[in-house]
Amino acid sequence: MQSKLAVSSSPFLRNTAVSTRDLMLDVILALLPTVVASVWFFGAPALALILVSVFFAVLAEWVYKKLLHEKSTISDLSAVVTGLLLAFNLPASAPWWMAAIGSVIAIVLVKQLFGGIGQNFMNPALAARTILMLSWTGLMAANAMPNGGQILGLGKEAADVVTSATPLVNGNYTLWQLMIGDVPGMLGETCKLTLILGGVYLILRQVIDWRVPVSFMATAFVLFWIQTGTIYSVQSGTDNAVYQLFSGGLILGAFFMATDYVTCPVTRRGRVIMGVGCALLLFVIRFYNNGYPEGCSFAILFMNILTPLIDKFTAPRSFGVSKPAAQKSGRKGGAKA
Amino acid sequence: MSTVHKFPGGIHPQEGKGGKAVTAGLAMVKVPQPSRVTIPLQQHMGAPCKPLVEKDDVVKVGQMIGEPVGAMSAAVHASVSGKVVGCEPCILANGTQCLSVIIDNDFQDEWVPATRVEAPESMSVQELSDMVRRMGIVGMGGATFPTAVKLNIPAGKPVDTLILNGAECEPYLSADHRLMLEKSEAIVSGARVIQKVLGIKTVQIGIEDNKPDAVQAMSKACAAYPEFSVTALKTQYPQGGEKQLVYALTGRKVKMGGLPLDQGVVVCNVGTCYAVHVAAYEGRPVVERVVTVGGCVKNPANYLVRIGTPVEWLLNASEGLLPETRMLIYGGPMMGMAISRTDIPVTKGCSGIVALERTDALQEEGPCIRCGRCIQACPMQLAPASIDRFMRRDMYEAAEKLNVMNCIECGCCAWSCPAKRNLTQSCRVCKRIITQRRREQAAKKGAN
Repeated sequence: MQSKLAVSSSPFLRNTAVSTRDLMLDVILALLPTVVASVWFFGAPALALILVSVFFAVLAEWVYKKLLHEKSTISDLSAVVTGLLLAFNLPASAPWWMAAIGSVIAIVLVKQLFGGIGQNFMNPALAARTILMLSWTGLMAANAMPNGGQILGLGKEAADVVTSATPLVNGNYTLWQLMIGDVPGMLGETCKLTLILGGVYLILRQVIDWRVPVSFMATAFVLFWIQTGTIYSVQSGTDNAVYQLFSGGLILGAFFMATDYVTCPVTRRGRVIMGVGCALLLFVIRFYNNGYPEGCSFAILFMNILTPLIDKFTAPRSFGVSKPAAQKSGRKGGAKA
Repeated sequence: MSTVHKFPGGIHPQEGKGGKAVTAGLAMVKVPQPSRVTIPLQQHMGAPCKPLVEKDDVVKVGQMIGEPVGAMSAAVHASVSGKVVGCEPCILANGTQCLSVIIDNDFQDEWVPATRVEAPESMSVQELSDMVRRMGIVGMGGATFPTAVKLNIPAGKPVDTLILNGAECEPYLSADHRLMLEKSEAIVSGARVIQKVLGIKTVQIGIEDNKPDAVQAMSKACAAYPEFSVTALKTQYPQGGEKQLVYALTGRKVKMGGLPLDQGVVVCNVGTCYAVHVAAYEGRPVVERVVTVGGCVKNPANYLVRIGTPVEWLLNASEGLLPETRMLIYGGPMMGMAISRTDIPVTKGCSGIVALERTDALQEEGPCIRCGRCIQACPMQLAPASIDRFMRRDMYEAAEKLNVMNCIECGCCAWSCPAKRNLTQSCRVCKRIITQRRREQAAKKGAN
């Protein structure tokens, strides 16, 4: 018996309910309703894009680790999450190779070259989306019209690959269409109902911190309300707070992009600053570029870059440690950023 | 009653087989004396005692066999009567060697005459401190800080509150719980000695609310004394951490590197108060303590154990380990030590022996994903992940700037880490190295 006893340093109990893989699995679970919604509205091409980008994300991670003679990390499922999120940021009309290239960019260029999981300074999926957008602007901006149920043969006829302006420009969609995702746009950002469902699931499971999405959405709502002077009215088209809140990538970004652990501040105060900062930048971009589709991506990417700074200025003051004068002035600077 | 404050952070660790719920209901059992005890001469923070006996000496129970050396020390006594067979280095739970007195038991249980104190409550501070030191009383919660040092309050330090620590937040342990149920009057009596001698106004007893029977028993025991109050605290690890407990009951924050004393508070474990009672009223030193044997053993129990009894003896009393046992912990599973051998003796700070079927701590570490769970769990509001990063790069000054010296090594960070990183270990390494460097620097200054 004696020889079989293992020794290690304390603590000897660990939280067995949470591992990196469990967290990623929860995120995947939270994204699944939106996968179903996007396939419902955008049909087989949507499903193909999702599968291709997940496949290439996992493949890229596996190959990279293989070439470096390092232990494979695909079992932590973070590559699957990146692949899913990248697909959500593509239009249904995008060719499959764009999904593949985007996935490789996200995994190799943005994530692995900086040291792999936990080390990237930008959200991999968003950075890849931006690179694709700048490289193939025409293909990325072609927003396919949704055609509910087409994959089951229930869609309207002759509706394939018609592109149209997104709700950011076209104010003629009903609130119901905005919510269920019956609008043109990127695969995973149109159906707000499933995104909110998944987001609330992650908050309840304590996978993500509610502070980021709540401060993000609340700040955005208030800013658009002040700008347009309207909460919601059909006549005002895009010029009301509700329409702006549920248009473009805001909801997807608030729940699934800005909350990415690696590129988001670690402290509670820092996470509020993250949400508010994203909303401010998003507002500024939409205010000066009416209908510009990249507002949310750029806002989050910019805040990603600010994250180390926010972390520095919101570092916890340890229990029983008095406040040094220098830290006080530093914190003010952090709030400004 | 004053408001109860919520300390920051904290966790709710899950227990496995044979947890608190099993042993809490089991009355203390006197474990039969072993035929041989090994009594280490260092059972306290501070320098080891000077041995007072030699091979072939005959000793009685309660006879002082180790004389305290230096300020941070407490006497060590024979826990059985019999013949000294040696005074040699033995291995302790932490893996270090310590000079120990080995006594062969003659099973006569012959005691030295008790040295009762007349009217203990009217002792002077110095007399109380001397008695506690002579009787070998240390922090019985596990820290083994010499109680004499704690009670020898320098003139001009106002103390208004005595806190009795009955939180017992470590999973699996129920030693303090049983003591509060079965010796509540004695605990209160010991606390009254400390209170009267130090002239303290209020005595607060903090107990986690998962022990309602202990709250009731202690309330009953101190009902006659208006300056005493019992507070049921939220069950949350590490509620029994000294700084956490002081904050919960008084709202005062003990400064980094400071003592509760600086905030006008003295904290004593309930076991320590019991030892004070036994010393003052029965004239007997610390020769036994309560030890919970829990987890994967056939018969979990709370034992009254003579100091120096080997762990093996207790496991046999509980009819052995279950076959699924993978780890054996000396102390609680959050802050105790894993042992690979069972000949290690029970010392004054050993509140439990826990057998675990799990090997959580052996899981492979993954990369930090910056989820922030360790920061939210840390009761000292540190950033363990950052400290860990610095430790792995030998950047100890940077870790010191992050206040790693404030770490209480409770284990909350490592418990909550989804990547299974040994964050507590990293903090511990930083603390050791920084302490060592400070000592070296001080020595250098002294040499110049």
